[in-house]
Amino acid sequence: MGDKPFVHPYIPNAVPATKRAMLDELGLRSVEEIYAEIPDRLRFKGTLDIPPAIRSERELRKHVQGLLDRNTSSLEFLNFCGAGCWQHYVPAVVDEVINRAEFVSAYCGGNYSDLGKYLARFEFNSMLGELVDLDGVANPIYDWGDVAGRSFRMARRITGRDKVLVPAHISPMRLMEIRTLCQPESMPTSTKVRFYEWDRETGMVDLEDLRAKLDDTFAAVYWENPTYLGTIEAQGAEIVALAHDHGALAIAGVDPITLGVLTPPGTLGADIACGDIQPLGIHMHAGGGCSGFIAFRDDDPIFAQECPLELYTVLETKTPGQYAVAEAMAERTSYGSRDQGKDWVGTASGLWTIGAAVYMALMGPQGFREVGETCIARSHYAAKLLGEIPGVEIKLSSHFFKEFVVNFDGTGKTVAEINERLLGHEIFGGKDLTAEFTELGQSALYCVTEYHDQADIEKLASAVKEVAR
Amino acid sequence: MNSQCSRAVEGGAGGAPFKEAPQEKVARLGRLRRDGGMLRDYHAPRYDEPFIMEQGTPGERGIFVPLAEEGVTEAVGAAADYIPEGMNRAAAPVLPEMAQYQVMRHYLRYSQMTLGMDLGSDISEGTCTMKYSPRMHEELIRGHKAADLHPLQDEDTMQGLLEIVYETGQYLKAISGMDAFTLEPGGGSHAVFTNACVMRRYFEARGELDQRTEMITTIFSHPCDAATPMVAGFKVITVMPDENGYPDLEAFKAAVSEHTVGCMITNPEDTGIYNPQIDKYVEVLHDAGALAFTDQANANGILGYARARDAGFDACHFNLHKTFSSPHGCEGPATGAYMCTDKLAPYLPVPIVTKLGDRYHLEYDRPESIGRVRGFLGNWMGVVRAYSWIRNMGPDGLKEVAEISVLNNNYLDNLLMAVKGVSRPYAEGHRRLDQVRYSLEQLKEDTGVGTEAVRDRMIDFGVQSYWMSHHPWIVPEPFTPEPCETYSKDDLDEWAAVIKRASDEAYADPQFVLDAPHAQAIEQMRRTEALEEHDQWAFTWRAYKKKIRGAE
Repeated sequence: MGDKPFVHPYIPNAVPATKRAMLDELGLRSVEEIYAEIPDRLRFKGTLDIPPAIRSERELRKHVQGLLDRNTSSLEFLNFCGAGCWQHYVPAVVDEVINRAEFVSAYCGGNYSDLGKYLARFEFNSMLGELVDLDGVANPIYDWGDVAGRSFRMARRITGRDKVLVPAHISPMRLMEIRTLCQPESMPTSTKVRFYEWDRETGMVDLEDLRAKLDDTFAAVYWENPTYLGTIEAQGAEIVALAHDHGALAIAGVDPITLGVLTPPGTLGADIACGDIQPLGIHMHAGGGCSGFIAFRDDDPIFAQECPLELYTVLETKTPGQYAVAEAMAERTSYGSRDQGKDWVGTASGLWTIGAAVYMALMGPQGFREVGETCIARSHYAAKLLGEIPGVEIKLSSHFFKEFVVNFDGTGKTVAEINERLLGHEIFGGKDLTAEFTELGQSALYCVTEYHDQADIEKLASAVKEVAR
Repeated sequence: MNSQCSRAVEGGAGGAPFKEAPQEKVARLGRLRRDGGMLRDYHAPRYDEPFIMEQGTPGERGIFVPLAEEGVTEAVGAAADYIPEGMNRAAAPVLPEMAQYQVMRHYLRYSQMTLGMDLGSDISEGTCTMKYSPRMHEELIRGHKAADLHPLQDEDTMQGLLEIVYETGQYLKAISGMDAFTLEPGGGSHAVFTNACVMRRYFEARGELDQRTEMITTIFSHPCDAATPMVAGFKVITVMPDENGYPDLEAFKAAVSEHTVGCMITNPEDTGIYNPQIDKYVEVLHDAGALAFTDQANANGILGYARARDAGFDACHFNLHKTFSSPHGCEGPATGAYMCTDKLAPYLPVPIVTKLGDRYHLEYDRPESIGRVRGFLGNWMGVVRAYSWIRNMGPDGLKEVAEISVLNNNYLDNLLMAVKGVSRPYAEGHRRLDQVRYSLEQLKEDTGVGTEAVRDRMIDFGVQSYWMSHHPWIVPEPFTPEPCETYSKDDLDEWAAVIKRASDEAYADPQFVLDAPHAQAIEQMRRTEALEEHDQWAFTWRAYKKKIRGAE
């Protein structure tokens, strides 16, 4: 930029006269005198190796949009990949609300000045509590894998036991996050992850194996509904009973969009439920739309006391009929007690929480029932059409919600080949399971939701028919 | 700009300019605007809006959902047939039944009852770097080319995304001096946790994990620098400040041993004090075979002026939602950038983004990796914004950001120190960089009005409530503003005027301040025992109805 002053539109006080006036008030010649606080040997004296500024908004926008345009979106191609981040329809009102400048820009402003943010959070908690049928809901954080790991650590603190039982067909990605949180087993404070089997015919958990492996040393039994492979788990009540018989907690991982039609974890007797709120009206954002929740029983205060995430309670004010919302037991968190707190909290996913609140309010009980029914009907329609293609087989139980396993062994082609060819038909195929589940052969996990209509599904089927040939 | 506010009058002794004394200046600023000052005659929007759970009418609905077509239902039958016995939800969830306009209006009212940063002149939230988030970036990430990507779609169909992640990583390497990066963490604390796990894996790989069990931090480092190594399985040792507010070097040396994993410390610390001996701390660690990480949540004032690598650190992090302009979104989604040297690079979480020729790749095959801290690719919305912001600033712009944030901070400091009851503990004679931790201990002693009451009063003038301090309150009755480069001189004057006004009120009529707020959507909160007591807290409306309403 040479000698010309750099007065950026985002830096008002870069105006030389302003800067001079401020320095004069401080009795300083230059800001260098302040930087004298950094010893010379620690000062960086070069020029940062980053490209020169793209100055105008117009040119910058052209440049960045040009990069983004190299992406192909799931509005351009049909997307049938889920596996932890799912394409559901996002109502326009959700985007309208979460794009409001006040919500986009707010951070940790106080109970009064940011009141609306707190009220919306409480409404999210209240509506999610209805969906999962549990009285306690905490403020969501990063994603499902993270909150599953935190739920296990929570169970460890509550029970004083250091092992959890997890179904062997849990999402491998989720499991990696869990293992990071649970520490290497050699460490004294580690939480040990043990596995129980799943039924290769149905995709449900193997209750016999759970019975055989469970004893009084486990902090929790975890199960998922639907399972990672898409099956609706019908044995939740039995899992809960087994866990409780052995003094362990029952922790359910759930996809909340299923809960208009499926029995919620609270009704099944789960002590803790966790999962991802991304399906509730949040764009996929290449996975950035994910956000994990923890809900829990509140008949015993231990669950709230050991919950690692922020908790918000409703309060009243000096004026009758007025409500406020404030953080409860703040001492419990890392903000209150540093390394003596329950895990840690940090900047998490507040905007998605508000988006999910709007979504739940828009959908209501009718919307949730219908979206569940449509997901089931259309995914089964897709499975039916795909299963009719020579060499293609649908694996596992017919009890699935929106995801199902499609096996291509009979086609003589790999999933990778199928998916690559599907791109030529402007289709993103299902998640390739071959590396994760070798016993399933050349299989992919397909996801069909209310987003995909009959024509989309038929396009998929005819494309698969062609590429599998 | 009000030229009167910045006048420096020539003619002091020896020809040096003399200025309006800070005390006189804050007295003038602390009047309402119509009286020549900087205070707004403000009132927050007040809608008296009921909870959505109490609104609506059975049968109303906010949106139509696609229904299965006739051809679909003819082919597969009823959805209920595919739900196993016992899994068919018996009672519908008790959710609002409300038409679309009414739902939208409800949440728009809530947005108006949120001051946020864009309306609130958010100098207030120190340690958070509340800078302007360019609107153009929001338009970029809301388009389908960004918002509607699936994380597992073929690499070839998201080359733009991968290029942005990769190049942002290169820029952050230049800014920190580090060799490698990941942008997977979902926030600053998450990046700090990533560090604890990377260090854990480093020593696990060397067979030293049994021996090295202790992580060192300082009390003025962010709480996550203490909490996340605990979660990773380490014992945490916290070093307290010496009389000058610096971490005590002797105490630090005494804490380091063959059991030390490393340190996780913030510099500049939350006090705004840059530790001039920071490289000595790093040396002590390295001599003991330990590692050094610096939390760079407070990096805004040192961009282009100092790099973590040059002080010897093995790793550092940045908050893309603070220093690099991505908005905070009511506490997320956010992006933590974790940076490290080649020594620690093998342990980074998967996948990492690499470049081969002109193609970008996601590399998963990394056997030494810690695994994952977050699913998929992280929150790359923040990466797009950071990328765009860095490209818009360039190397000179980044230095200008740092310089003006430091100047702003010292200018505001000059005014605040002229306010009765305000003090600035520690490091007398040393200037702070990006922020300052002040104390209202004197005000509390004199008037009974402490920092929480001032926080709840200041918002009545239309500025955001200030960040007091992380716990514990080593500085009594603390508050921590951070006037980053976004704020104009008038903004700074206004903020000082608000604190001046609160102080004046506290000395004149302390009860009035203790009863604050007075110009908000609601009055002061009651039944605060619910914050701690099981039979009183209600985290959901259903719990409230059972516990509180049911008991009435």
